[in-house]
Order: sequence, then C-alpha cells, then structure tokens
Amino acid sequence: MKGGKSRMSTSRLNKRRNHWGYMFITPFFVVFALFGLYPIIYTFRLSFQRWNGFTPAINVGFQNWIRLMEDATFPLSLTNTVKIWLYDFIPQLGIALLLAMIFTFKKIHGMNLFRAVYYLPNLITAASIGLLFNILFNGDKSTINQLLMKLGLLNAPVAFYKSRAITQGISSYILWWMWFGYTMILIMAGITSIDSTLYEAAELDGCSTWQTFHLITMPLIRPTILYITITSIIGGIQIFDVPANLTNLAGDPQKAILTTSMYVYQQGFKNTALGYASMLSVMQFLIIAALSFIALNMILKRGTR
Amino acid sequence: MKRFGAIVTYAFLLLLLVISILPFYLVLINSTYTSIDIVTKLKFVPGAMFLENYHKLQELTNIWRGFANSMIVSIPFVLFSCYFGAFSGFGFAKFKIKGKNILFSIVLASMMLPSQLSIIGFYATSLKLGLLNTFWPLILPGIANASAVFFLRGIIEQSVPDSLLEAARMEGCSELTIFNRFVLPCITPGVATIGIFNFVSSWNNYLGPLIILSDAKKFTMPILISTIRGIFLSNYGAMYVAIAISMFPVIIVYGFLSRYIINGLTIGAEK
Repeated sequence: MKGGKSRMSTSRLNKRRNHWGYMFITPFFVVFALFGLYPIIYTFRLSFQRWNGFTPAINVGFQNWIRLMEDATFPLSLTNTVKIWLYDFIPQLGIALLLAMIFTFKKIHGMNLFRAVYYLPNLITAASIGLLFNILFNGDKSTINQLLMKLGLLNAPVAFYKSRAITQGISSYILWWMWFGYTMILIMAGITSIDSTLYEAAELDGCSTWQTFHLITMPLIRPTILYITITSIIGGIQIFDVPANLTNLAGDPQKAILTTSMYVYQQGFKNTALGYASMLSVMQFLIIAALSFIALNMILKRGTR
Repeated sequence: MKRFGAIVTYAFLLLLLVISILPFYLVLINSTYTSIDIVTKLKFVPGAMFLENYHKLQELTNIWRGFANSMIVSIPFVLFSCYFGAFSGFGFAKFKIKGKNILFSIVLASMMLPSQLSIIGFYATSLKLGLLNTFWPLILPGIANASAVFFLRGIIEQSVPDSLLEAARMEGCSELTIFNRFVLPCITPGVATIGIFNFVSSWNNYLGPLIILSDAKKFTMPILISTIRGIFLSNYGAMYVAIAISMFPVIIVYGFLSRYIINGLTIGAEK
C-alpha cells in the first residue's frame, strides 16, 4: 500500500519538494537585492543628481558629466592608478612566471616554505601595510634610509615622500610585494594541470627548455594568465587601501598617488558631492568593462594565431 | 655549470624570501625600541621596550577595542556567509528551479562585479535603512556572498549523494532538517576553506567600515590603524606595536594553516 501511494503522488511530491529549492535560494537573493543590486541602481541614479547626503537629492541631468569634462583631477587620478598598477603588474607576472617555472621543473629543497612565505604578505591588512611603509621610509632618519646608507647604496638620506615618482614607485612595490606570491600559486596550478605526456614528447623531440616553455607551457596556461590579468585589472582600477594609508587620503605629494577610488572617496565623503562621486564610479565601471573586454580579446586572439 | 645554476637559483629564491619577511621582521624589532632609538641606530636584535611602547599606545587609544570590533564584525559575517552559502548552494545543486541558469548567472555576475564601485549607493542604502554607524551593513552582506554559494554548490554536487537525501526523506525528515543534519556535516572541509578566506577579507576590509562607521568607539582594526599616525605623530615605538598587534595574529594562524590556505587559493581560478 505504501508503495502504491508513493508512486501515485511521486510527481506531486517532487513538485512540493522543488518548492523548497526556491526557499533555499531566497535569502541570497533578498540580501543581494538589498545590499548588492539596489546600491548599484542607486549609484547609477545618483550619477544624474546632486546630493550632499543631508538635503534631498536634486535631478541635474547630465550636469555631473559636463563637470567631468572640466575636471583635470579625474584624468590625473586615472593616470596615477594605471601607472601604479602597470609598474606592479608587469614585474608581478614576470617574477611569478619565473618562480612557477623554477618550482615545477626543478627540484627545490624547502619549496613549500618558500611558497608559503611568498604568499604571506597577501593576507595582511593593507591599511597596516600602508602605515608600516609610511613609517619605514618617512624622514631622514627612517629605517630604510639608515639601512640603505649602511649598505652603501646611499650617501645621503632621501626624502622619499617628497618625490612624486618615488612615492608612486613605493606604491607599486608594495602591491608587487603583496601579490607576486598569489600570482605564482595560480600559475603553478595552471602548469600542474598540463598533461605531462606533452613534456615527455617535447623532450623526445629534443626541445630546449625555452622551446618547451614557449611552445607548450605558455599556450596551455593562457586561460590562467587571462584570469590573472582580468582580475588584476578589476582590482587594479580600484586600488585604495595601500595608497590611502601610505601618505594621506589626498594622495600627497601633489596628488602623486591619488588613485581613482581615492578621488571618488574624496569627492563623496570629504567634498560631500555624492552625485558627482557616483558618476565617477560609473565611469570607473565603464573603464573596467572596456579594459577587461580588450584584455579578453587580445589574449584570445593570440591563442588562435 | 649545473652547480652554478643551482646556486644562482637558490640565491634568487632566498633574496625573495628576505624581501617577503623583512618588513615583518622590522615591525617586530622596532616595536621593542624607543622612538629615539629607532631613528638613531639600525637594529636587528630585539630590545626591551615593548611593554613601554604598548602602554604609550594604550594611553591614547584602545587597540583591543578595535580588535574586539573587528571580531564582532568578522565572526558573524563568516558564519552567515558559510551557512547561507551552503544553504543557497544546496538549493542550486539539488533542486529543480525554474530559470536556474539565469539565477545562477546572477550569482556569478555578482561575484565578478566589484562592490567597491557602488560604494556611494551602499552608503545611501545604509543611510536609508538607518544602519549608518552600526555593524549591520558590514555583517548582513555575508548572507549574499556569491563566492561561497558558487564554491559550496560545487562541493555539494560532488560530495552529497542523492541517495543520502532520498534515504533521509524516507525517514520523514523535512528538507531543512536534511540540510542541517546531513548536508552541512558532509561539506565541513569546504565550509572551513571558504570560511577562512571570508574571514581574512572581512578582517582586512577598509573602505566599508571607513564610510559606515563614524563613532571612534566602533572603529575596526584597519580604521583604527589608519587613524594612528595622526594621534602618535612621531611616536614610532607605539605605532610599531599597533602594527604588530594588527599583523601577528594573522601571521600566527597562517603558520598553522598555510598548506590548507594555499590549496584553497586556486578555487577561484579553476572555473
């Protein structure tokens, strides 16, 4: 009897059960709507408004966009961001590739220790790292000045944070320091997933190390490189924590490390121009979308050649 | 020749090792000297002034309050993201849902969409909800943590057999009981992995608390750290102690879990 009953109502039971499926995914979508989607729509709407956070927002049409045309600081912040990102990303990818090759093709004693230590800086609070590098470099008697002079690399102390170029360089260096280990681990995972018979075949054919790298490894880890590049672009355009704590939120000296995200923060919360800041965020989003699209195309096109 | 190559390789690896550790080592050393010692001599062995610096730090700020606030934010955030990540992951993995593909691509899209770009809208939403200067806007989004959903859905598909669910249903268990009693225990290792990563990202979150919290008593660790330079000016010893307190708990935990954390890293890339 039990069997007959259950067979009769199986489809109804399944239907009832599948109602539970909706219940399980509901909390995600409710909270996503509130704290994920709504803020996006809100930001977009605010980009056409003027709002100081206290009095009601006023529709101003494209006024914020017109203001952007006359704003020299936005392109400056964008150049800063791209510069800081590029001087971080190129060495990051280079060193990570080199390390990944060393670790996968040579027998290295203590590999796990090396790998673990290289990744460590990535876990540490970026705000603390910013402050740390501030006090390490700041002033004639700073620890780094003392260190470099003792090593004989400097004759006189350098005022690191008076120079725009050096301050940008330090920002890039910190980001490189925080991220090369992470990138290396991702590339290693990409290399390990390559079929080892390919390498055996290459060896039989008498390929040199460089040829093997160029003809087998590189093409096959292209998806990994693509993933790293696009996530790095997305993260790079939003650089905030490190430069904001390295000198000050204004990105001194002379806005050398004022990144786009810092400028959004400045406009929104120091200047209480929340509408204009929203518009800058929308611009940031468009730039990320465009750059990701270009990177995707470049890397995929190379793959089909 | 081969030998020479090996020496160069190890020298290079060791150089990077020193570069990776040196800043942390300098924090440790400098936190044990007076500010005057720090700016007059370079030192590589610890001194004896740590407690002195610590007391100076505590005179003007309460670092442990920041520590506690960070815990109050991060622990519920992690619990929410793990529980509800598995919750939605279970829904996506084991039930027929109309428009499942579209709904799941929303999850994926929200994973790629940088939340920082809607920070003004996030601020405005929190203002509307009356949640400014509370911890809620920093905790509740844990319920909608897309990477937890994505990752745990995969784990549930792989490691929770349908036969187990059927057996539990035959026993008359409700779907909620099945989830709590059978599904969650099956996926504990996956939950732990995503939990660690979410803890780190919540603990390190700077911009979120910066715009949401205005009362200094509520400042989380990163905000407290960023205000410290304005308070202590050139009292380097105290600042180094603050930095040490913010960094070393993470370093110690990493010392125990490093292999586990490194293995978990490639989750995002294996799509």
